[in-house]
Amino acid sequence: MAGDTILETRGLTKEFKGFVAVKDVNLAVERGTIHALIGPNGAGKTTCFNLLTHFLTPTRGQIHFKGREITGSRPADIARMGLVRSFQISAVFPKLKVLENVRIALQRHRGHSFDFWRPERVLDALNARADALIEAVGLVGFEATAAGELPYGRKRALEIATTLALEPEMMLLDEPTAGMTHEDVERISALIKRVAADRTVLMVEHNLSVVATLSDRITVLARGEVLAEGHYDEVSRHPAVVEAYLGTAHA
Amino acid sequence: MAVLFAVAPWVGLYPVFVMKVLCFALFACAFNLLIGFGGLLSFGHAMFLGTAGYVSAHAAKEWGLPPELAILAGTAASAALGVVTGLIAIRRQGIYFAMITLAIAQMMFFFYLQAPFTHGEDGIQAVPRGRLFGVLDLSQPMAMYYTVLAIFLFGFLVVYRAIHSPFGQVLKAIRENEPRAISLGYDAERYKLLAFVLSATLSGLAGATKALVFQLASLTDVHWTMSGEVVLMVLLGGMGTIFGPVVGALVIITLENYLAPFGQWVTIITGLIFVVCVLAFRRGIVGEFAAWMERRRARPGG
Repeated sequence: MAGDTILETRGLTKEFKGFVAVKDVNLAVERGTIHALIGPNGAGKTTCFNLLTHFLTPTRGQIHFKGREITGSRPADIARMGLVRSFQISAVFPKLKVLENVRIALQRHRGHSFDFWRPERVLDALNARADALIEAVGLVGFEATAAGELPYGRKRALEIATTLALEPEMMLLDEPTAGMTHEDVERISALIKRVAADRTVLMVEHNLSVVATLSDRITVLARGEVLAEGHYDEVSRHPAVVEAYLGTAHA
Repeated sequence: MAVLFAVAPWVGLYPVFVMKVLCFALFACAFNLLIGFGGLLSFGHAMFLGTAGYVSAHAAKEWGLPPELAILAGTAASAALGVVTGLIAIRRQGIYFAMITLAIAQMMFFFYLQAPFTHGEDGIQAVPRGRLFGVLDLSQPMAMYYTVLAIFLFGFLVVYRAIHSPFGQVLKAIRENEPRAISLGYDAERYKLLAFVLSATLSGLAGATKALVFQLASLTDVHWTMSGEVVLMVLLGGMGTIFGPVVGALVIITLENYLAPFGQWVTIITGLIFVVCVLAFRRGIVGEFAAWMERRRARPGG
């Protein structure tokens, strides 16, 4: 392989009381690719995300990002290093307006925002950037709407715009198209493809047609373990994968 | 609002009463910054009001500091206490956060009850008001009045600015969705700590000013009921609104003043108001009014 690895886990394991959610996962995501993490419910996909961004602490194993170990780094620091996640349940700031939601992320480029003595107006300089992102996800006309009042699909779009605003080197998207209408799915897929041109994406996704069209590489998890890895065509024919998805295939 | 308060003593309102309202309004605004915009319910805010009161009263009376330095000393003491309390409490959320602040406030209460410099039940009495910057004689009621008004307006503007600042935006984001704010790279605890210290400092400013106005620092201001009272003021006036805490403080202090002849009944009446407020109009006076205006505006053709 020519490309270099941006994110790597070694023996990543998470045990909860009496049950292993993630078991000895070795994952290597190549820079500049879209890597999908799929698997049946309860396979440990979201737990994996929580471990990578240190919303959960692994029981064993290491995580390396851009060649540095981040296993023990704090979540906010990991985000500042350029590894930014989205959430399965739509994560917006419900009472803030759409524009403000995006601006919160853009504000990060200013460094820390501990300046409580400065007027909000200083943030207006970010509006042009925010508007461009809002347009990219198809939310024009909703700028002044409270994020909590948006329909589900548009909340997800807003969340992606907010994540993109950070210009992360790598995005972790947790089911970006879940609960979306058909048109929304197409728009978001196109958007992911576009933004992935100059960054790396690792996503959990249930919609297999999205996975098939978007991803360069797929890792299949089942009961916390890696079942198979490879391109969509290889993975989808893998007997263990078929079995995991359809139950005992030859029953 | 500034104009209203500026003319208040000339339309027959008793200056000491208005000054009391202003001190509590500042206290409530400071508390509102924390609960209304940071989403943090402190149940020990009396310690910041009372600590500043004791320190500034002691500084003015025993050390002979001029009023501006006495107030500064009291405010600084509350800010320092805010940093220590904040560092301990901010790691927990919801009820645990409230309980930790209450526990620390109770410890402070018993410290002040026992410490000799506070004179226990008697409090520090006959605190000299002195001359502001060596020139303005604060024993003149009007000089004191406008000094208090200036301090209140300063505090109010600090809160207003903080809420509408880049910092305020992040604080609101953390209140709305803390995990998401963290995932965007914001260190939620440090933002909450800053909000907590700001709130403690301004509560201290209110307490220090109050001690000079009444020339008294007493246990009342560090008692847990005071922590409860400020919650009531903010809830009644409208949590998370700009003017709510001022209205809440005005209503509560007015009730306490005019119902004073009924003695213990005041407690029952304020308790009733609290229940009615929480059950019937949760947004508080200002919050409900704003919502009503919004509905009127939204009505087609209205």
